[in-house]
Amino acid sequence: MTGWTAVLLACATCYALKAAGYLLPQRLLADRRVASVAGLVTVGLLAALVAVQTFAQDTTLVVDARLGALVVAAAALLLRAPFVVVVVLGALAAAAIRVVAGP
Amino acid sequence: MTRGSRSPATTQGLWVGLATGTYGISFGALSVAAGLSIGQTVTLSALMFTGGSQFAFVGVLGGGGSAAAATAAAGLLGVRNGIYGLQMSPVVAGSALQRVAAAHLTIDESTAVALAQDAGAERRRGFWAAGLAVFVAWNLATLAGAVLGDALGDPRRYGLDGAAVAAFLALLWPRLRARDARAVGVVAALVAVLTVPLVPAGIPVLAAAVAATVVAVALLPPAGRPAHEVHR
Repeated sequence: MTGWTAVLLACATCYALKAAGYLLPQRLLADRRVASVAGLVTVGLLAALVAVQTFAQDTTLVVDARLGALVVAAAALLLRAPFVVVVVLGALAAAAIRVVAGP
Repeated sequence: MTRGSRSPATTQGLWVGLATGTYGISFGALSVAAGLSIGQTVTLSALMFTGGSQFAFVGVLGGGGSAAAATAAAGLLGVRNGIYGLQMSPVVAGSALQRVAAAHLTIDESTAVALAQDAGAERRRGFWAAGLAVFVAWNLATLAGAVLGDALGDPRRYGLDGAAVAAFLALLWPRLRARDARAVGVVAALVAVLTVPLVPAGIPVLAAAVAATVVAVALLPPAGRPAHEVHR
C-alpha cells in the first residue's frame, strides 16, 4: 500500500465510521455498554501510542530524551496547561535534553 | 437571539473552534516530520478530520509501522465518532445533504458543544458552529504547521519526537478521570511496550487495542441479572 492509498483509505474509513452513527438504529444508544467499550478502547489506543512514542525505536525499546518530554508534558497537564503549551514544552524538553546529553 | 446576532451556543462553538484549531499546527509539523508530504498532511486534515485518528496515523507511520497498521490505528480511534453520530443524528435532523455534511463534522468538539446545550435548536446551532469553526481553523493551522515543519528540517533537533509524546498524552489526559479508564490505559500501555521487541512496528498499538477491548468488556457490569445476584 503506497502512502497516498493509505491516506485515502484511512480517510474513507474514518468518514464511514462517522456516517455509520447516522445510519444505525437509535436503540443502540440505549445500550450503554456500546458507548462504554468504545470510550475505553479510545483510552487504550491513546495510552498505547503514548508508550510507543516514548519508548520504541522501530522494534527496540530505548530510554532517551523522549522520556523527559513525557515527564514535562505530564507536569504541564497537572498544572492545567492548554494543549499547545503542553506540546511545545514536550518539544523543548526533548531538544534541551539532547543539547545537554548529546543526541 | 434577542440581543446581537449570535446565540450563546454559536459563540461557544466559535471559541472552541479557534482554541482547538491551534493544535492543527502541531499536527501539521508532526505529520511532515513523520515523513508525509505537505499534500498528504493537508489531505488528512480535510478528509479524515478527526484529530486523534490523524495523530495515530502519522505516529504509526513515523515509528516505522506499515501503512496498513497506520490505517487500522486511525480507524480504531475513529470508532468513537460513530457513537457521536448516533447522539447527533436526532440533533442535526435536516436534509440528506445536511446529514452527509454533518457526519463529516462529527468529532469530539462539535458533539461536546452540542450536548452542553439544553434545547434542540440551540444544540443544533452549537454543533454546526463548533464543527465548521474547528474545520476551518484545523485546516488552515495544518497547512501552516506542515509548511513550518517542512522548513525546519531534522525534526529531532527541535524535539518534535518529544512533541508527539506530549500531544498523545494531552489527548489521553482528559479521558483518564474514571478508574476503569486508568486501568485500561495502564494495561494497554504495558501490552504495547512489551510487544515492541516481538512484532513489526505499528502492531503493538493494535495489540494494545485488542487488550483494551478485552479489559473494557470484562469491566462491564453483568447484564440481565438481578442486582442482588451481582456480588455472588
